[in-house]
Amino acid sequence: MTLGLDAGALVGFLAASVRVATPLLFAAIGETVTERAGVINLGLEGAMLAGALGSALGAGAGAWSGVAVGTLAGAAVAAVFAGWVVGARVNQIIAGTAVTLACVGLTGTIYRQAFGAGGAGLSLPTLGPVPVPGLSRIPVIGPALFAQPMLTYLALAIVPLVWWVLYRTRIGLALRATGEAGPLALAAGVPVRALRFWATVFGGALAGLGGASLVLAQVGTFTENMTAGRGYIAIAIVVLGRWHPGGVTLAALLFGAATALQFLFQALGLAVPYQFFLMLPYVLTLLALAGAVGRVQAPAGLAKDD
Amino acid sequence: MTVPALELRGIVKRFGPVQALRGADFTLRAGEVHALLGENGAGKSTLMHVAYGLLRPDAGTIVVRGRTVMPRSPRDARRLGIGMVHQHFTSVPALTVAENIALTAGWGLSPRALRERVLALTSRVGLPLDPDARADTLPVAAKQRLEIVKALAADATILLLDEPTAVLAPSEADEVIRVIRGFATEGGSAVLITHKLDEALRAADRVTALRAGRVTLTGVAAEQTPESLARAMIGSDPPSRRGPARRAVTEQPVLVRCEMLDLSREDGRGIAIRGASLAIGAGEIVGVAAVEGNGQRELLRAVGGLVRPLRGRLDVSGPVAFIPEDRTSEGLIGELALTDNVVLGLGRTAPWVHSALIDWNAARQRTAAIIREFGIRTPGPDTPAGVLSGGNQQKVVIARALELLPRVIVAENPTRGLDVLAAADVWDRLAAAAVAGAAVLVHATDLDELLDRVDRTLVVAQGIVTPAPDGAGKTEVGAMMLGARGSLPA
Amino acid sequence: MKGSGLLTGAAALGIGLIVLAAGLWAAGFDAPAALAALWRGAFGSWYAFTSGTLVRSVPLIIIGLGIAVAFRANALNIGAEGQFYAGAIAATWAGLHLGGVPSVIAIPAVWLAAAAAGTMWIALPVWLRVRFGVLEVISTLLLNFVAESLVSWMVQGPLQEAKRIYPQSDPIAETARLPLVPGTRLHLGLLVGLGLALALWFVFRRTVWGFELLATGTGPRAASVSGRIRVGRVIAFALLWSGAFAGLAGGIEVGGVSYALFQNLSPGYGFTAIAVALLARLRPLAIVATGILFGALESGAGAMQRDAGIPAVAVFVVEGVIILVLLLVEATVRRARTTVALPDPPPEAA
Repeated sequence: MTLGLDAGALVGFLAASVRVATPLLFAAIGETVTERAGVINLGLEGAMLAGALGSALGAGAGAWSGVAVGTLAGAAVAAVFAGWVVGARVNQIIAGTAVTLACVGLTGTIYRQAFGAGGAGLSLPTLGPVPVPGLSRIPVIGPALFAQPMLTYLALAIVPLVWWVLYRTRIGLALRATGEAGPLALAAGVPVRALRFWATVFGGALAGLGGASLVLAQVGTFTENMTAGRGYIAIAIVVLGRWHPGGVTLAALLFGAATALQFLFQALGLAVPYQFFLMLPYVLTLLALAGAVGRVQAPAGLAKDD
Repeated sequence: MTVPALELRGIVKRFGPVQALRGADFTLRAGEVHALLGENGAGKSTLMHVAYGLLRPDAGTIVVRGRTVMPRSPRDARRLGIGMVHQHFTSVPALTVAENIALTAGWGLSPRALRERVLALTSRVGLPLDPDARADTLPVAAKQRLEIVKALAADATILLLDEPTAVLAPSEADEVIRVIRGFATEGGSAVLITHKLDEALRAADRVTALRAGRVTLTGVAAEQTPESLARAMIGSDPPSRRGPARRAVTEQPVLVRCEMLDLSREDGRGIAIRGASLAIGAGEIVGVAAVEGNGQRELLRAVGGLVRPLRGRLDVSGPVAFIPEDRTSEGLIGELALTDNVVLGLGRTAPWVHSALIDWNAARQRTAAIIREFGIRTPGPDTPAGVLSGGNQQKVVIARALELLPRVIVAENPTRGLDVLAAADVWDRLAAAAVAGAAVLVHATDLDELLDRVDRTLVVAQGIVTPAPDGAGKTEVGAMMLGARGSLPA
Repeated sequence: MKGSGLLTGAAALGIGLIVLAAGLWAAGFDAPAALAALWRGAFGSWYAFTSGTLVRSVPLIIIGLGIAVAFRANALNIGAEGQFYAGAIAATWAGLHLGGVPSVIAIPAVWLAAAAAGTMWIALPVWLRVRFGVLEVISTLLLNFVAESLVSWMVQGPLQEAKRIYPQSDPIAETARLPLVPGTRLHLGLLVGLGLALALWFVFRRTVWGFELLATGTGPRAASVSGRIRVGRVIAFALLWSGAFAGLAGGIEVGGVSYALFQNLSPGYGFTAIAVALLARLRPLAIVATGILFGALESGAGAMQRDAGIPAVAVFVVEGVIILVLLLVEATVRRARTTVALPDPPPEAA
């Protein structure tokens, strides 16, 4: 950074990276659990969108009730998807696309009915930053990383928890076995279908939480189709993070940084059309996928209907 | 006499129209090794799956140590002290040995404690394993050891073993038999499902034979002979294992020739075959003997034209027919009609393809003719291939391969899962093709079957191809398969 | 068999509409009025049918045919929306530069440019899959968002109208526009869709390539081992063709309907076409029928928004439900079939 960048811009960049990464981290960590059980949920985008709208609707009774409603909405969407793919064993990709499609229609309709045809900005109670005593006083890093909304801390706390469950508990072992080889896990006495169902619902709940954090801790309002593919990006992040909670966290933060680059570039006064910044995260994800895939295996049973 | 360890009384089990078990009775005494014999489809595995809670019987009772029970799941069975070693590996490939054991036994995952527990177990049963190795990196013999350790992990006193030696070299099989005998000596009881008669006579205290879902013989092993067992299994004297006599091998012209051939492993990690040189002439049937994972799969697939050599020379005269081991995933497309599957196998050079257009009527008629010629039991050429029984599916695969009028036929385990008569039919077809001038390269896991039917044998051990000496017996070839003997090819 | 497929489709549509009506009723809308408006907008008049329903069915049919090519090989192109936009951009660019060129040359040139752009847009996912094994599902999806931003930049940048007021392009040359059916807004594109459907019907039914697609889609390992089909190649070409179809649809939309490029040119045609293709069970001739059906839904949705104040996006719910119902029916049928076909005991391969 020899371009005369001041500390303020750097702080802004780091803080924005973490802020942008939070909804993605929620969704991606949830999807990690889902995919470890052998289910790929393209309905994640729909679940996130439902979570976003749910949080906007629920925020009338306070921001935290918005968070709760959003989480439930995401879980409900994922439960429908799980019913289809675990119950009826239909093609996961197509079912996920259909669920997202229906969610786009449903949220759009409900939003217009509840808040009018749009235009008038919807103003919601938001979750402001909560500085961590002490840590937030560290220069640069402090205000960037330790003055975030509660939901960011929650997301970061869920990561080690998921790691611990996956690698240190019997249910985690059963989950991993389910995702690698469903029939073999079944032969070993693992309740494969129940695990898949609940792993998917868990993933949906976290996606809903991600949608809620997008609305209540980042944007402060709801707009139609506002997730704009974040659910899909979360799925890509899971691949980038190689299905490991730590890797996924890193990938989400990287992605957040890529998106936040535009703030940095604006601060640097680079005259690049804003649309290219909008494209950047998707393009970077594609490039990163090319580098990441192949070296590490996806769960062997992913998207299989056995 | 003490209470039997396990009694199965009058077990009946139907699968749709198929009656797998028609009132089978079976008694496993405490402290014995009991061989359960029968053809493929006789109901051996089904009977054991009933005992292990994988299948619910339509009628009959299960008695474990004098108590009538009805295990509803493998978990129930394990609680009753029953452990099972399945015919196919059931370990999750991406998990470690320790994790696989913990998964089956329901052990906790604290890393250090788990490791010690696994080491204690493996040394107690005398089957050494590295707890931290991923299951899919283990050699076949170690995979089979893991299966047995898993079955014993939950303190089983009754062990059901479904063909535990099928994929092992003779001396590896002996190790498994020794462990089973040791288990019985310490008071355990074991059922050994096998179709190898000599193994049954050697390893077991008593034997039971099943045919078409009924018990046809139960007795002390020492009082039986291979012939008496075969009669009980098949219901008549077995077909001649040698097959019909063939005219002398011509060996000219040479249809397959490879020199200093190197092949990559299928998973791309390293070398599968190193410096292989061999030649197969017209009219020859050459067997490949190998323990799984030694490179024989890659060798056959290279000769079959499916993979390119890494280095060296490989000349194969076409057309080449390849008969894959897994007929349901690589041989046939179950969802598609038999006609489609025939069209699939004959590709763009089939008589019904004219300038990239398919004449489906012609293809359908030819398929109907094949069905008649090979006596394939099916409603017709429009039937989905997945509906056929295994034996009939294999007939389709073989018929389709011969339809190519191949000069070279490569077959991987072409009799896998077939009963004796269907297997004999497959061998006869291959022999007929050889008589007609084809060169045949065939691998079979069952060494007895292979040595009976081939003109000569190549042994593949750790990627090195070595010809077995003329007239080499099972013991000698078996030793070579483990790399105990054999020199580098000239 | 064909009759049962029709019945299933009708049932799926019916359930979709019932869910829509129930949802609208629950949300406090006037459901009967909404459905009436939906009907009026779709089939209420000759003009509504030709200029609403049929015009909207054209991109759905053409994209749907491309989706069918890809899905038949089990290559899941979820990025038709992006390929449509790529085609629209190329068509606009070509159309702007073809002033004075006779229509017989200008129109095919626009189509060619559009199809080529659609192919190029999916080429990256194809390359990523072939070279790195990246799932085409994710890569094609991600490129949809890139395409939308690209259009947004185009209409505010290089392709913006000369007046530089609105975010849209200038209209394309008159000669590059498709002829209309007199008295309606229905354009030549419908014939293109019908022609492509017939061609594809023949390809699927009679050609070796059509069979290779099916074999690759239903049994990739058997196709490669027993059929010696180069499965990767088949999948790559299926995807490229699929992109070409979607791109062409974008070009035809610009040449026949909008005459210019602007944002939100597509109301989600690329996604709706998935439902179109699935409802038709990937059969080309049936895609014409389901394309018209969904064209009617889209057209009716517009009327519903105008007359009953119900957001047009509500039809997405119908589409999603239709796909889900179809999946359910197919899974049930498949289960029934395999149960009959199970003479061997389940876990035992012997």
